[in-house]
Amino acid sequence: MKPILEVKNMTMDFGGLRAIDNLDLFIDKGEIVALIGPNGAGKTTFFNCITGIYTPTSGDVFIDPDGDGKKERINNLKPNLVTRRGLARTFQNIRLFSSMTVLENVMIGCHAVTKAGILGAIFRGPSTKAEENLIVEKSYNILEKIGLAKYVNELAVNLPYGAQRRLEIARAMATEPFLLLLDEPAAGMNPQETLELDALIMKLRDNEGISILLIEHDMKLVMSLSERIYVVDYGKKIGEGTPEDIRSNPVVIKAYLGEEIEEDA
Amino acid sequence: MDFHITYMADDSHNRRDESRFKNIYLLRLSYKTGSRTGLNMDLEYFSQLFFGGLTRGSIYALIALGYTMVYGIIELINFAHGEIYMIGAFTALIVSSVLTLFGMPVLAVVVLAGMAAVVYSCSYGYTMEKIAYKPLRNAPRLSALISAIGMSLFLQNYVLLAQTSDFLPFPSLIPDFEFWEPYAHILTSPELVILITTVVVMILLTFLIKFTKIGKAMRATSQDKMMASLLGINVDRVISVTFVVGSATAAIGGILIASHIGQINFYMGFIAGIKAFVAAVLGGIGSIPGAVLGSLVLGWTESFFTGYISSDYEDVFAFLFLVLILIFRPSGILGRSQAQKV
Repeated sequence: MKPILEVKNMTMDFGGLRAIDNLDLFIDKGEIVALIGPNGAGKTTFFNCITGIYTPTSGDVFIDPDGDGKKERINNLKPNLVTRRGLARTFQNIRLFSSMTVLENVMIGCHAVTKAGILGAIFRGPSTKAEENLIVEKSYNILEKIGLAKYVNELAVNLPYGAQRRLEIARAMATEPFLLLLDEPAAGMNPQETLELDALIMKLRDNEGISILLIEHDMKLVMSLSERIYVVDYGKKIGEGTPEDIRSNPVVIKAYLGEEIEEDA
Repeated sequence: MDFHITYMADDSHNRRDESRFKNIYLLRLSYKTGSRTGLNMDLEYFSQLFFGGLTRGSIYALIALGYTMVYGIIELINFAHGEIYMIGAFTALIVSSVLTLFGMPVLAVVVLAGMAAVVYSCSYGYTMEKIAYKPLRNAPRLSALISAIGMSLFLQNYVLLAQTSDFLPFPSLIPDFEFWEPYAHILTSPELVILITTVVVMILLTFLIKFTKIGKAMRATSQDKMMASLLGINVDRVISVTFVVGSATAAIGGILIASHIGQINFYMGFIAGIKAFVAAVLGGIGSIPGAVLGSLVLGWTESFFTGYISSDYEDVFAFLFLVLILIFRPSGILGRSQAQKV
């Protein structure tokens, strides 16, 4: 089995600041992997580099959706093309299209994988209409799976916080990703909402076969969800392994809690 | 604008109408002609002003849509938009003259000239965006604004050199027909055609934006470009389409007004563009219903002030009104004051 996402020696400089320093990372099919690290460690920058918002200064990003060894380098692709190849992401802050309905938000995601062009949209041949109906149906199914079906025609901005967060995941799912990148999905959630999120992410992996890479500060969620964890600090990888490995890794503990003062008794 | 056409028209006739042209007059000169309908004279006069303002407002709206749509998506005031409208009128004139020369029936001339004008204007709008704005997408906003002003001057002077600085007579493409007698002088048939065309364009545009895939993509892009592109939307293409659609409505406005006034000139886009821009700001720039409402309000303001007070101060009233609205509602009539995203 080949990894579906492979990042090799990635470096990202902003002027004199090295935000990501020679980072390696891979994700296998069906894995849930977490990327953790103190604030400002370069985690979101890493997401931006993979999804085409930034072009890494050096290094390679390869994808291989089927895991059959046919790798494609996606470093220089624009975000919309990266999305079309099956990488979807959410942001730390909520970035829904607030003045659109819940259904429309999801439909926008679906459009990424449909083909009707501008002329088709204007002249609306039968195939365009059939496609539109299909998209509505597909969007509704996704909302049902994520438990948002009752909000279909609400404006996104009127949803409760936890539901808005889940809608972001639903919208990302609509682009039919093989890998979902979640940037602090549990930020601002109460414990009950976090539990539901935990279940939702597991369900997406188990039922939909989507691999997941998440950035998260809620350690309880990270430890319970992820199979492997990468720890970064100052753009460098300082640890990787199973949750147990990470918990007992002295370098990681140091980065998180600061230098331990030798107690001299 | 590849070939130059010489007109035989009497030049003094053109000069006479210059002042009329300057303010893109849509008001008829035959006000207070005396009641022919048995209606109260005052009411009749009011109705004339009302429909005159409505017609004028619809033309503003066709142009203002382009300003507001482009602003809604890339937050740029496209100052060259008025020039697109002027180019639409010129194209229609050239094509209709040639077709008439070949003895085509009037209806065919109108349809073909209209289509040619729209297509030609759209290609200008598309190219303009690619040349003048796309390279400046991530530059400071002031750079794009200056680029827009440069584009406007460039297009004006290009048409001036390629065509002429004279006023050119424009054939009346809108036929005068009988309807609604004896009230026809309250709402004339060309005014009716302008109103109907505007309403049809608005309905089509609303449909495009509300219900089609590209419309959803446009709305998504205007709210959050990065998120839209991460959902697979090709933002560059959405921006191009916005320019093309805005150019199409401007070209339609250009043909209607040129045909109604009866003459055109390379400078016609400037005043019309400024007025439409005012209308878009008045309604709340970035909002499509706002642009339409702002245009109608501006059209009526001008019409009533001109009719009841003085036609000399028409522009003064229009801009005074803008200042007042902006003092009390800085974001325009329908604009929402937006909290800055952190």
